[in-house]
Formats: sequence, structure tokens, C-alpha cells
Amino acid sequence: MAERISGAEALMRSLVNEGVETLFGYPGGAIMPVYDALYDYRDRLNHILVRHEQGAVHAAQGFARVSGKVGCAIVTSGPGATNTVTGIADAMIDSTPMVVICGQVGTSLLGTDAFQEVDVVGVTSPISKWSYQIRRAEDVAWAVSRAFYIAKSGRPGPVVLDFAKNAQTAMVDYEPAKVDFIRSYQPIPPMDKDVIKKAAQMINESVKPFVLVGQGVELGDAREELKEFLEKAQMPAGCTLLGLSALPSDHPLNMGMLGMHGNLGPNVMTNQCDLLIAVGMRFDDRVTGNLKTYAKQAKIIHFDIDPSEIDKNVKVDLAVLGDCKQTLAAVTELLDETTHQSWIDGFKPYAEKEYNKVIDKAIHPKSGALLMGEVVRKVSEASNNEAILVTDVGQNQMFGCRYFKFTKGRSVVTSGGCGTMGFGLPAAIGATFGAPERTVCLFCGDGGLQMTIQELGTIMEQGAPVKIILLNNNYLGNVRQWQAMFFNHRYSFTPMMNPDYELIAKAYGIPAKTVVERKDLDAAIKEMLSTDGPYLLQCAVLEEDNVLPMTPPGANVDCMMLEV
Amino acid sequence: MNNNVNQNTDCSTCGKCADTEETQKQMQQETSKRAKLSNVDANGNPLYTFLIYSENTPGLLSQITAVYTRRQVNIESLNVCASSTPGVHKFTVTSYCTEEMAKMLTKQMEKRIEVLRASYYTDDEIFILETSLIKISTPRMLEEKNVGRIVRMHNAHIVEVNPTYATVEKTGITADILSLYDNLNQLGVVLQFVRSGRIAITKSRVEHLDEYLAERERERQNEL
Ligand SMILES: Cc1ncc(C[n+]2csc(CCOP(=O)(O)OP(=O)(O)O)c2C)c(N)n1
Ligand SMILES: [Mg+2]
Repeated sequence: MAERISGAEALMRSLVNEGVETLFGYPGGAIMPVYDALYDYRDRLNHILVRHEQGAVHAAQGFARVSGKVGCAIVTSGPGATNTVTGIADAMIDSTPMVVICGQVGTSLLGTDAFQEVDVVGVTSPISKWSYQIRRAEDVAWAVSRAFYIAKSGRPGPVVLDFAKNAQTAMVDYEPAKVDFIRSYQPIPPMDKDVIKKAAQMINESVKPFVLVGQGVELGDAREELKEFLEKAQMPAGCTLLGLSALPSDHPLNMGMLGMHGNLGPNVMTNQCDLLIAVGMRFDDRVTGNLKTYAKQAKIIHFDIDPSEIDKNVKVDLAVLGDCKQTLAAVTELLDETTHQSWIDGFKPYAEKEYNKVIDKAIHPKSGALLMGEVVRKVSEASNNEAILVTDVGQNQMFGCRYFKFTKGRSVVTSGGCGTMGFGLPAAIGATFGAPERTVCLFCGDGGLQMTIQELGTIMEQGAPVKIILLNNNYLGNVRQWQAMFFNHRYSFTPMMNPDYELIAKAYGIPAKTVVERKDLDAAIKEMLSTDGPYLLQCAVLEEDNVLPMTPPGANVDCMMLEV
Repeated sequence: MNNNVNQNTDCSTCGKCADTEETQKQMQQETSKRAKLSNVDANGNPLYTFLIYSENTPGLLSQITAVYTRRQVNIESLNVCASSTPGVHKFTVTSYCTEEMAKMLTKQMEKRIEVLRASYYTDDEIFILETSLIKISTPRMLEEKNVGRIVRMHNAHIVEVNPTYATVEKTGITADILSLYDNLNQLGVVLQFVRSGRIAITKSRVEHLDEYLAERERERQNEL
């Protein structure tokens, strides 16, 4: 027998049905019936009150990225909803499964410019996987189930539910719904046996194969399949920013990071291989540089779950559509066991060159101010390379991703496609809920931290054990670097006056320390990691440091600058 | 406009009247100019017709047009209506673009959750129709004796006449419609002109949408 409950309570039931345990949110007028229903579900739904709706979506993203589950955020209408827009766009481009539930004015007021009415479906539909307005309590169970199905299936993404107030209060005979089929939506394109054979043949014929590992491998839980694929044919690989933890950093076939601030070897060798094999990555311009000269000498195979990625930026010779967990395994079966030793050895000189010219200086400086690179590497090592890396955006992000090391999957949470400053702090909070057993290290800049600094309140209230490493250079460093390199050192509005961050941490009851001198760094890191709960470690780093190497925007992928 | 009668020219409509050489030449010129225009744009891109099938859910139109605008492709014409399959809407869109772009657009449209199928065609792969209405001034029409002839030669119909205006209806392909309009407009008789979006059906012997839906239905049964 169906029970008669309100639409708001139907939402609670539906969330519980979907296995949701953690929500990030912020209440307001148009979502009050939902918050009222939530009051009775506090034993089943752990609602984390953030300090700004942008914090809720980024926290849901951080939660999703480390757990593989769908992140969930609840906010009110109008400004509450528009405050989530950045996070929705960010989750879309970075394929993060998330459901955002926004309050909306009652349907009788829609279109009247009612108080806190915003056309949320109109605003979010171009930047979300699906955006839907719930206008009747009868639709709640169906819409929620459909939302979670869409968010997590196929190539994951954000879904928005715009929940009209009258649908929250109306009574309905609640029956759970389960959507796992939508005829107009095929989440995983079927695997084609002939294509699998062809891919294996191309790989077996290749002398210099090179694999590009993207986040798709993490999203498809295909880390093991990837390893077997690489190992059987002994193929070297490079990882994208979001794919960094899809392959352990110290795996002998892991040649490092791709992209503008990636490693020299993988970028140069992209233009020397005879077969480029992209797995679950989307040839972002930050990875390819100049498309006209990108891997022109090579045949290209693209493994992806999303057909619209094929030939979008780079024309490929073969598209292997499907779930890479299956397609990789299927191709691996047909691979010859080979070694590509001389080809693999060809990466070494580049690695050495980069080490001598860039890396050694960045992580083992003898004198001068602290460097971001050394701080990152020390924190990584102090956590046994097992921590989750969360970054904000800027130099802190690039140094974080270059020098952190990964031994486990789902260990990198960073805003890749959107490059959203302010992402880091709330995403790190979400990560502590998504992987409560793991250490979460956030590297952020003095600029980005202040974009969502209000979430220190959430950390305080929840005791969220985020290890915040503030790499303070008193600059909007990344922009300053570009000004130095491409705008004749004209530092237009990038120097920044900073507050006393220790005092701020203190106000929130978060233990904090500032390190200025190299000799104090190890002890401070140790203290941070051994302190229960949150910690703010401020490092006064070199003000005018540059992230190197660098492929200047639009330059050829193999034209990396090693010095400025 | 002079009235030199060219006896060799036959009017197919009444068989009695004859067209002036000049009018004819002009009509041909206009037609060929338009024909060229409608086949390729200034960049040499062909006109593609996109047939897009979707579920009948709100907001689909703006999602589809957004796919074009985001990639800087202009929509030349657009028609939306129910398709022969219950609950399925059909969008017919025409745009000038490269084939690469056409492919990308259809993939991006299919990525939208409620879009069932999107495909693109060149003119030789489809039957095409457009319709138009031209409102002309009756007093001006009476002064210009070529009007009737032009209308007949274009196989158009006058659907209404009153002392103030007459309404001409012309159905056909873009070039013919525009040729009629250009010819009438040159006489200065046109008060209003409206042209519908293109509608099209494929010449293929296979009904791809039906096959797709049947295939999806089989998959659903298997999943159950
Ligand atoms: C929301 C947002 N605004 C602006 C930018 C442009 N931007 C990219 S990096 C950067 C500087 C970041 O400064 P900081 O947070 O101090 O980090 P640093 O580079 O110094 O490590 C800026 C302004 C952005 N990525 N996101
Ligand atoms: Mg800074």
C-alpha cells in the first residue's frame, strides 16, 4: 500500500532509496518544506551545512570524485540556485556525477518574476547533463531516480532538479521508482568485436606505442584493466591531470603527466610515437597544444564512452567505443606479449633533462625561500604517497599535481576543465566525507583560498580533517607568471595584500602554523599530519616562482620551455 | 518593364499568353542566383538538412538551438512538429556548415538525454518541401499585368483576392519560392512575404528511427 506523504518527504525517501547518506546544502524560503522533512531524516541523511552554495556543489564534487558515488547538494531558489552554477559547469566538464536539488517558487508563480524566481532549468540546461523541473509531487520519485541514473551512468555528469514549492508541499501516494532505462539515452555504446580486433592489430603492429591515460579510467574503475593492458605489451603511458592516479606514479610504464605543465618526456614523445592510444581522455587544448602539429606522425586510437568526443578535437584512425573496463580487457586479450624496450628507454634522456633542469631545483633547493614544489613533495612523502590530493587552481595546482605521488586510485581532486578558483577548500571537505578513512591534503593559493574561505566555518563545525597547505606567494601567482612571460612583466592587479591567515584559522578554532624557513618544514608537516582533525599549514613560498616546464599556449606539444 | 511579345515563348498555364523576353531572362537570372545561394554559402559550405527526433519533453528546442549557436552555426530554417511515431517530435533544421561540423552537431545533439536520433542529409538524399505566402496589393496588381503570368509560371495559386490585397500561395523548394518572390517584388506589389521552414523526409528505404526504437525496446526487455 502506498503511503500518503508530502512531495518533500517523497524526496527524502527517494534519496534514501538511491543510497544517499551525505548531503551538502543550505536552506532558504523555496526549499523550506524539504528542510522540514529533512529534520525527521537526520538519522539517515547526514546533511552538511555549508557556508555558501558554491561550497555545497564543490563539496559534492569532492565527495563524488573520491568515492565514485553521486554527490548531492540541496539549495534554495534564485540566488541559492545561481550560486551553484560554477560547480555545475565544473562538474560537467570534469564528468563528475552530482545531483543538485534547487527549490523553486510554486508553479502558479512561475514566469511572474516572483521573489527569488530564476529560470534555473534555462540557466543550467546548457551546462548540465540533465535539468528538470519537478512540478508535481507525483513526479518526485521518478525524477529523483532518473536524475541519479543519468548522473552516474555512461559518462557521468551533473543533474539539476528544480523543485517547485507546491510539489514539495502537496501530498502524494508515494511509491518508490527505479529508473534504469531511458530509450533516448544510451549510456554505454555497445562494444564492437571487429573494432577490438582492429585495435589489437594496430597495437601489435606498432613499434612505438604511447598511451594517454585520462580520468575515464578512474570513472570506469578500470585501473587494473589499464595496468594489464600496458604491461602485456609493455607500452609507456602519460596521464592527464585528472587521470594522474589512474596509474601508480611509480609504475615503470608511467612516464608522467601530460599537458602544458606536464613532464617533458610524455609531451615530446607524443610527437614521436607511431601509435597514440588515448583512453578516457578528451584531447583538451591544455594537453594537445597546437592541434595542427599534434601527433601527426602517428596513427591514433581513441577509447571512450562518449561518442561525441570522437574526432572532436583530434581526428582518430580508430574509435573504440564502450566502457573502458570492458574494451581494455578485450583488447588486452588479443595483444602480443612484447617489450618496447628501446622505445621506453627513449623517454629516459628527457626525464633526466627535466630532472636536472627543473625538478631537482624545485624539490631540493639548497637556499632561498621555500618553494611550492618541495612543500608538495614533502607532504606527499610524509603521507606515504597514500593521501588524497586536492588542489585549488593556479601555481599551487600545477606544483601540487606535478610533485604529489599517487599509489591509490581516486586520489586527485582538482578542477581541470573549468579551472575554478575556490574549488579546493570545499572539494576537500567533500573528500573527507567521501573517503573518511583517508588523509586529505589540500594545496591552495592565497587567492583561491579567499574565494571560498567561508567554508572554514563548515570545517570547524564538522571537524572535517582537511589538511590545508596554503602556498602563500602574495600573488595571484599563475596570472603573474603569464604576465612575466607574455606581458612584459606588467603585474597588473596580481600582487595582493593578504590577511593574517593564522589569525583567521584561530577564529575558526583550526590549529595553524606558518613556515618561513626550510629547516622548520619537516617538523611542521609532521605536526600537521599527526594532528587529529583540520589543520592549516601556511608556507611562505618564493613570491615570483614559475611553474616549469611550460608549453606556451598554442605552441606545439613538444616545444616545452624548461627555463624562462 | 516593356511588353515585347515573344511568340516563341509558351505559357504552360493558359497556353495563350506569352512572356516577355526580358521578364523571362530576369526570372532565370534570379532563379540561378538563388539556386547557387541556397546550395552553398559564401564559404563554400553546403546546406545540410538535419532531422532530429526527440521525446516530447519541454525545453528541447532551446537545447537543440544551443548546440548550433555554441558552435557558431546559423540556423537557416527550423520546423518542429509531431512525427509519425506517437510521442516523438521531429525537428527539421537547415544550416550551412562543413560536413565535420554537421557530424559534430548531430553527436552533440544526441548527447542530450531526450534526443533519440539526429542525422544530417544533403539535398539529394531527401524529399524537400517548403511553403510560402505572399500578400500583394490588388490595385498594384491590376496596374502590373505581368503579375498573373508570373504567378502562373511559378505554379503558385492565388488563394484570396479582395479589393485591397491578394494572397498568393507557393509550395516547392526554396529556390522556386524565392524566385517567385523576387519577381513579384521587382514589380513593387508585395505587401508581406512569409516562408515556412523546410520539411523533409528521407529517400532511404530503411526507417532508421523505427529500427532504433525497436532495438532500444529489445534492450529494455533484456534488461528487465
Ligand atoms: C574563479 C576564477 N577566477 C579567476 C581565475 C584566473 N586565475 C587562474 S590562476 C589565478 C591566480 C591564482 O592565485 P592563487 O590562488 O594565489 O594561486 P597561485 O597561482 O599563486 O598558486 C587566477 C586569478 C580562475 N581560474 N578562476
Ligand atoms: Mg598566490
